Amino acid sequence: MIAELAHYALILAFALSVAQLVLPLWGVAKNDSLLMSVAEPVALAGFGFVTFAFAGLIVAFVQSDFSVASVFANSHSAQPLLYKITGVWGNHEGSMLLWALVLSTFSALVAIFGGTLPARLRANILGIEGAIAAVFLFFILATSNPFLRIDPVPFEGRELNPILQDIGLAIHPPLLYLGYVGFSITFAFAVAALVEGRVDPAWARWVRPWALTAWIFLTLGIAMGSYWAYYELGWGGYWFWDPVENASLMPWLAGTALLHSAVVMEKRDALKVWTVLLAIVTFSLSLLGTFLVRSGVLTSVHTFANDPARGIFILGILVLFIGGSLTLFAFRAPVLKSGGLFAPISREGALILNNLFLTAIAATVLTGTLYPLALEAITGEKISVGAPFFNRTVGPLFICLLLIMPAGPLLAWKRGDITGVAERLAFATAIALVAAGYFLWLANGGPILAAFGLFVSIYVIVGTLVEFAERLLLFRAPFETSVARAKGLPRSAFGTVLAHAGIGLVLFGIVAEAGWSEERIVALKAGERVSIASFDLTFTGVVQRDGENWRDQVGRFEVRRGGVLVAVVESSKRLYLANNQPTTEAGITTFGLGQLYISLGDSTPGGAISARIYWKPIVTLIWLGAIVMAVGGALSLSDRRLRIGAPRPAGRRSAVAPAE
Amino acid sequence: MRRFALIFFSLLSITTSLVAVEPDEILSDPALEARARTLSKTLRCMVCQNQSIDDSEAPLARDLRVIVRERIKAGDSDGQVREFLVARYGEFVLLEPRFNARTVLLWAVPGLVLLIGAATMMFMRSRRPKRQSVALSREEEQKLAKLMQDPKDLTKL
Repeated sequence: MIAELAHYALILAFALSVAQLVLPLWGVAKNDSLLMSVAEPVALAGFGFVTFAFAGLIVAFVQSDFSVASVFANSHSAQPLLYKITGVWGNHEGSMLLWALVLSTFSALVAIFGGTLPARLRANILGIEGAIAAVFLFFILATSNPFLRIDPVPFEGRELNPILQDIGLAIHPPLLYLGYVGFSITFAFAVAALVEGRVDPAWARWVRPWALTAWIFLTLGIAMGSYWAYYELGWGGYWFWDPVENASLMPWLAGTALLHSAVVMEKRDALKVWTVLLAIVTFSLSLLGTFLVRSGVLTSVHTFANDPARGIFILGILVLFIGGSLTLFAFRAPVLKSGGLFAPISREGALILNNLFLTAIAATVLTGTLYPLALEAITGEKISVGAPFFNRTVGPLFICLLLIMPAGPLLAWKRGDITGVAERLAFATAIALVAAGYFLWLANGGPILAAFGLFVSIYVIVGTLVEFAERLLLFRAPFETSVARAKGLPRSAFGTVLAHAGIGLVLFGIVAEAGWSEERIVALKAGERVSIASFDLTFTGVVQRDGENWRDQVGRFEVRRGGVLVAVVESSKRLYLANNQPTTEAGITTFGLGQLYISLGDSTPGGAISARIYWKPIVTLIWLGAIVMAVGGALSLSDRRLRIGAPRPAGRRSAVAPAE
Repeated sequence: MRRFALIFFSLLSITTSLVAVEPDEILSDPALEARARTLSKTLRCMVCQNQSIDDSEAPLARDLRVIVRERIKAGDSDGQVREFLVARYGEFVLLEPRFNARTVLLWAVPGLVLLIGAATMMFMRSRRPKRQSVALSREEEQKLAKLMQDPKDLTKL
């Protein structure tokens, strides 16, 4: 019964989304404020119905109602409760429903917090959100209905893919979708601006909090996915340049560029056309990611099912939105007039360089991801584009981007003082050289490329802090003055510092992991010892342990440092009993910023078990740095200047907003 | 059912990759082994999803690792090992595609985007009307000097 109610709610939500598309846009066309104001209640009601449908699916999963096809295919009565719930979106149908839920959430947020937006802009935005919702809800209802029943009812479910039975599934997809779909708002802003043929610094100010929100979630989602792959897949890698990873990285790159170009637009009334284009491109890349992952064009753990009908449908959605918005852009962009002039060496100039490099990186990732598909379709020839290609191409671009990064905030708007900036960066360079040399000495040397990367990461962090110290007059004025100035700084200034220093930390982690990891591949019998870095490990043997729906072969390692027992690491090979599927549960222990990572392999004929043991120094900074970046984003988001985009009327807004 | 089998197989190829390089494969000469490892990282396990043979535990990956080590022991250079594998398995085995007529666009993209971007910026700049800085007239300069001396006058403007 609940499945039918939820199904019905989803159909109603679809009908509402059509209303949300048609009525406000009609209102805009006729300049009818009553029609325009319909958008908000409709968006809120749509959100209510999608939420109801989603809750209904959760209930079906929690109750292990195997008469529902998607529950049967992706759940098992013995699964722990958490994985029954997360199993809701651990499959194609449910994850599309999550997509729709996030989309309607953002619509509702615009309806609630969009009060300061001009009525026409708000109606346009909600109308475009309605269009996206209508298409995706139709897609779900037509090809991916999670509420279909099966008869006869199976006695037991097939179980959620064991790799997905992890806390990561509770966090990674929702965060990622909040990021992906959040950029639909900036897309709607861009299309609305094109429809109206008007875009001004106020537009940039309104769009920034939404772009920032999406960016924060996407940053965290990608980082979480990376850490999940790192500990779950069992070979110690954290980024594989897998097409689905690239699919999430591309909107992030474009979104990061968008955040920066929106600043130029807000402050200097320049880069309008480019900012609008970036807003369109960012969401287009999100849609492309959805297409790549959901259509079955690529096979991976993220691709839950291959169904050509779905692929063609999503391709149609892709063509409709990307093609439509770009056509609109081609016709309307010339109407947008750009203002502010500036010299090449200026804050604006640095931000343009930032955009140039981010665009080049995004284009490289996009080409690398799609090239094999295109080449095979055209010539039938199969090639691989993997990690070595991306490291060689994206790596240098990324380093260039980071080298100019600290210069940006040091430059003045309109016309910057290059010698002044060079002096300050010379200071950062000197410190970075000394620090990198010191680390190199500590580590007894290392690969030359890694040493250079180390230098760049420290230069980025110090350069960012130098700018911050300048603003506070740190070490130049009395300490009290600095504190007072810090209190006076807008939060977005702290946000910039954290986000920039965060990317420096990420690079530090990447470089340290790449350059100074140690690895032992050994076959061990109980009682045998192996040493790695400063640790001595004793393998004490394998014990069996049963869980709710799995059986572990747990290998135990006593870790000693200088003869003192510092940790006991357990690494297991896990067998999920429903389908006899094996997974690895790597044993990971953190020491400082580094991690000891042990992954078990097969037993050898001689009674030993093979193990891969890594010492990865400073590796945790890769993810901690991303968290620092997200915190920076959150600080910026809380900045008063962003919250008050335009003066809010003192009293309660009348139900019918006056037309412009 | 066929679809399910397909999914199941594709999942299997990931889930069984517990530990890749096995202890018994390792060459006794550390320099040769290091070369084999570096080379393995650039070779694709063709039945896996975007995994190098260094990361994969699939039987095919193991076979390839053994072949790589045999060729290296036989005195092949890295390039010769790659040639040998490409001749057998096609370009698909290389994770980093070789530069040729088919891949020229792929390799050119980063540079092209930078070039086009830079050219666009130059173009936009040159198209922009030149701003002429007009010198202040004598009268204006006197007014400015007066204002600078007595900021309170600003309120009267």
